Amino acid sequence: MKKNTDLTRREFIKGAAGIAGATVLASCGLSGDALEAFLQKHFKELSNDEKAEILKRIEDECKAKYGKEVAVVGTPAEEGVLFAYALDISRCIGCRRCVYGCCEENNQSRDPQIHWITVLEMDKSEGVNLEKANSYYEVDKVPQPDKFYFPVACQQCENPPCVKVCPVKATWKEPDGIVVVDYNWCIGCRCCITACPYGARHFNWAEPKIPTDELNPSMHYLGNRPRMKGCVEKCTFCIQRTRGEEKKYPKCVEVCPVGARKFGNLLDPSSEIRYILANKRVFIFKEELNTRPKFFYYYGL
Amino acid sequence: MNNYFKSSFVILSALIFFSCSKSGKSEETIKTNYESNKDSNLIAVASPPFSEFIFPCSRCHKNIEPNHKRRELVWAHDNIKLEHDEKNRWCLDCHDANNRDKLHLADGRLLDFTESYKLCGQCHGPTLRNWLAGEHGKRTGSWKGQKQYLLCVNCHNPHSPRFKPLEPLPRPMKPSELRDTNGIRL
Repeated sequence: MKKNTDLTRREFIKGAAGIAGATVLASCGLSGDALEAFLQKHFKELSNDEKAEILKRIEDECKAKYGKEVAVVGTPAEEGVLFAYALDISRCIGCRRCVYGCCEENNQSRDPQIHWITVLEMDKSEGVNLEKANSYYEVDKVPQPDKFYFPVACQQCENPPCVKVCPVKATWKEPDGIVVVDYNWCIGCRCCITACPYGARHFNWAEPKIPTDELNPSMHYLGNRPRMKGCVEKCTFCIQRTRGEEKKYPKCVEVCPVGARKFGNLLDPSSEIRYILANKRVFIFKEELNTRPKFFYYYGL
Repeated sequence: MNNYFKSSFVILSALIFFSCSKSGKSEETIKTNYESNKDSNLIAVASPPFSEFIFPCSRCHKNIEPNHKRRELVWAHDNIKLEHDEKNRWCLDCHDANNRDKLHLADGRLLDFTESYKLCGQCHGPTLRNWLAGEHGKRTGSWKGQKQYLLCVNCHNPHSPRFKPLEPLPRPMKPSELRDTNGIRL
């Protein structure tokens, strides 16, 4: 027999859960900005006004934490652009300038150390053989005569396994091909790190530390704004530079002393990336996995 | 009829002679594929990497009689060690003996130092082609819009073009070496 009461079971549970949630948040010491950040919507669901508010909040947070004026933008992808990258492994000398250039540009944690680019040293006699690769090489001078060097970062896959496995859709592929992470939405489950066959995703095991004078103040919400403990981060083709007003090249392209790194718009027939794909011996890393990277390795010499 | 052939032969030879003498004119600037396809978005950023106080070369050389004899330089430029096909080449193969502030191509046409890539491209044709397409060398600036070039000689010392080995930056930390803020292993 059904009774007619004022409070249904469903309403009671809803109310109870609400009170419990509020108590938990209060006991965690979340208030003001932190509470707002916790309750914020997914980036793709935000209206322009909400976005502006959130970007302003992050700017204020950075200023409070680092004592430095910063600018955080949320520039969307440009139409008719699909970014791609090419790396000449016959020229790379393994000097790691790109690794540290990236670190400074993208505000990676210095302690504990996070690097988005890993340079693998490989034997010329072995070819691309990951079992024999070494990323911890320490030598006086590079290149060593019997070695070649193979830098690996996010391959910006067209068919990204990391995006498929994310249980909360905190990571996705943008219209210009960049795979991004909403750090606020990420729950830190690290499924994407396991799914990525390139080791390109990195986890903030501790609160990231960046010296104030080294903090890059030009930031993008989906890119190099400072991350928090417990979220995953990765290469974004320097989204703050490549989508910025000046349409700059990524930092690694600019710092490479041998010009082994190339970047451009795959949809522009006159871009250097299209020239390379048409004229050079190009190969795709772990092609058999059907991830369809937009990062190409090639032999220029 | 015979006269007709004769006169046309004379006109033709005069034309050939005239065009040859014209192309041999040293001051004429050359038009390469690069210039005809030149995109206004492409600019050279870096100026030629002269040593301090070295340019204009004519400052010292205007009072020196050119010496075409191949020899070891002792009282000037002795810091330059030629390691660039040195068995077959020498200073005056690229530098012009009569106009010291210019380079010259194999056919004698003069070039500014800012156009030295044309000189390099005489032997390194495929490399020049790749450089013009943005594959060889480094482009900076903007991936869309104004692209900035470095000259060949900004990266390759023209007298010794092979890249010198570099000291690598420090290796990444191993996972076992990572610590959190309290010094506890992660």
